[in-house]
Amino acid sequence: MLSIKNLHAGVEGKKILKGINLQVNAGEVHAIMGPNGSGKSSLASVLAGRESYEVTEGDVTLDEKELLEMSPEDRAREGLFLAFQYPVEIPGVSNINFLKTALNEIRSYRSLAPLDAKSFLALTKEKQKLVEFDAKFTNRSLNEGFSGGEKKRNEIFQLAMLEPKLSILDETDSGLDIDALRIVSNGVNRLRTDKNAFIIITHYQRLLEYIVPDFVHVLYDGRIVKSGTKALALELEEKGYDWLKEEAQLQEQV
Amino acid sequence: MASSTDILTDITEKDYEFGFVTDIEMDIAPAGLSEETIHFISAKKNEPEWLLDWRLKAYKAFQKQSMPHWQNFEMPDIDFQKISYYAAPKQKKQYNSLDEVDPELIATFEKLGIPLSEQKTLAGVAVDAVFDSVSVATTYKGKLKELGIIFCSFSEAVQEHPELVRKYAGSVVPHSDNIFASLNAAVFSDGSFVYIPKGVRCPMELSTYFRINTENTGQFERTLIIADEGAYVSYLEGCTAPRRDENQLHAAVVELIAMENAEIKYSTVQNWYPGDKDGKGGIYNFVTKRGICKGDNAKISWTQVETGSAITWKYPSVILQGDNSEGEFYSVAVTKNKQIADTGTKMHHIGANTRSRIISKGISAGHGQNSYRGLVQVGSNAKNARNFTQCDSLLIGDQCGAHTFPYIESKNSTATIEHEATTSKIGEDQIFYLNQRGIDTEKAVALIVNGYAREVLNQLPMEFAVEAQKLLSITLEGSVG
Repeated sequence: MLSIKNLHAGVEGKKILKGINLQVNAGEVHAIMGPNGSGKSSLASVLAGRESYEVTEGDVTLDEKELLEMSPEDRAREGLFLAFQYPVEIPGVSNINFLKTALNEIRSYRSLAPLDAKSFLALTKEKQKLVEFDAKFTNRSLNEGFSGGEKKRNEIFQLAMLEPKLSILDETDSGLDIDALRIVSNGVNRLRTDKNAFIIITHYQRLLEYIVPDFVHVLYDGRIVKSGTKALALELEEKGYDWLKEEAQLQEQV
Repeated sequence: MASSTDILTDITEKDYEFGFVTDIEMDIAPAGLSEETIHFISAKKNEPEWLLDWRLKAYKAFQKQSMPHWQNFEMPDIDFQKISYYAAPKQKKQYNSLDEVDPELIATFEKLGIPLSEQKTLAGVAVDAVFDSVSVATTYKGKLKELGIIFCSFSEAVQEHPELVRKYAGSVVPHSDNIFASLNAAVFSDGSFVYIPKGVRCPMELSTYFRINTENTGQFERTLIIADEGAYVSYLEGCTAPRRDENQLHAAVVELIAMENAEIKYSTVQNWYPGDKDGKGGIYNFVTKRGICKGDNAKISWTQVETGSAITWKYPSVILQGDNSEGEFYSVAVTKNKQIADTGTKMHHIGANTRSRIISKGISAGHGQNSYRGLVQVGSNAKNARNFTQCDSLLIGDQCGAHTFPYIESKNSTATIEHEATTSKIGEDQIFYLNQRGIDTEKAVALIVNGYAREVLNQLPMEFAVEAQKLLSITLEGSVG
């Protein structure tokens, strides 16, 4: 589904991603871990098309389509979803109105008629239930006055509504208490199918106890320095990142 | 991906949608301002002596006044002698029904989306259309008449209800109030007149549509609305003008009078031609609007959506004379290109327990400059007066400006006055967030701006809220990258 080849990117001339290679197939969940500043969130931003990042080398395809040539909105319409680390607030725009606009934009891109009010409402109710999202938030202004946890849960609700092919969760677990973490994880688990895929960016092993990944990758200094299964996450929890840093530096010297 | 400069260029080159000229034979006064001009207008309108005298008194006041100097923009040179003060479609006789109105004129209103023919009129909206200087047709007159409501052109009111006009015209905005109000009183050509009798709730929105068509004519209309004891009326004014390279002056006066327990809601959607991207042409919209809550428990509410004009300069105000009376001002003002808006309100608290609420939302894009200027004044007898003011500014791009000039004067220690102000920018983060959900940048800006203005748009009557929302989106199309 997603194929990243030798991806190099940076901000204002500063290199951040230095040759990322990653293959994600339908039905898979990949976790990306790594110390602060290793480029995890930058990878998410580059894939979603944030303007401040400049790609200097490499290709990315989503279902054989060149992702990097598309505008951010077209990437979204092609089925890429980013659950933001810091969701923004948009005062006066109701959550529901925003979602309706988003959903209908995506449908129109795919040559589908807009959903009528009744079907949209039914879909909203179904997804609210699925991800345990409190109905009182759907009519409030988009993220305005939401707590950190509520914002993250809203991201998962949006994910449920828009049904993307590939979802990237950028540190969705940060700032969540244990109950919210469970609810968010349950939501993601219910949304997993053999047709979609997830990339989960996290600092902590904790989230991966709830959402069990098929693969774990460690990002360090803009490269994936180690890949493995869930066992790798446990090893990291125990040993930290230092041994990997040393390994990576040794490799560089060779 | 379009950069912000590209998109900013796009928006500045966007055409003014209503820039067409209607080709109709007009009856035009020669340019120039003098006592003769005033005699000419008054004679054309077959006015009574007292009105001519009042006009001449106003003209004298005008001659003594000089241009204001306190505004937050450079005062353009206005040559009052180059303006023609009267233009009317040539008419052979009085219209008795719509069928007799020039089809060209009806076509113009249809282009503007203001259907005159009653069948096509939005259900429940009565329209009084002012085309340059003369009110052309008033719809729904019959139905309103049954309730004793008078809704007609100002000229007609002068002929039919001289006692009301004589009593109230100039009672809220005196002929010597300010230079533009004096000018209006001297040369006003037409406008709308509304009287709602005691205890009557006007069952439909009343609406006037103004349009400036002829070159070098100023539009000086005068609106007078009186809501007698316990009456209610909601009134909407919409404005457009064809595009011209020359600047045109629009100096209107609106007076509202609310008696005991009466309520007047006055909404404006102003979309005069704003000039081109270099600031050439456009309307100078210098308007005096003031209402008085004369009786106890009266209420006056101003709502305005200002997206047009080269310069908008106005402060719809309320004199809160009756005890427990209430004044409101809700405003969205958008400036782009080289547009300037210096607008706000004045709330004069005179009676006890009077309340006022001011919500002002400025939006500046391009090189637009937006100023909020407001005065909250509490007199010594205004026990327990309360005011809440919120004034927000939204900036789009880095070439525009937002300014706030709030004045507060309180002579009563029991008064409570609150003022809140914020300034924000449409952030790249907000745009990117919406992009990431499949919404393109133009739609994203429209969503954000409409969300920002929601509190004000909610005050508009339903049909017009939708219009205003569309107008905001079109006005700001692609103003952020």
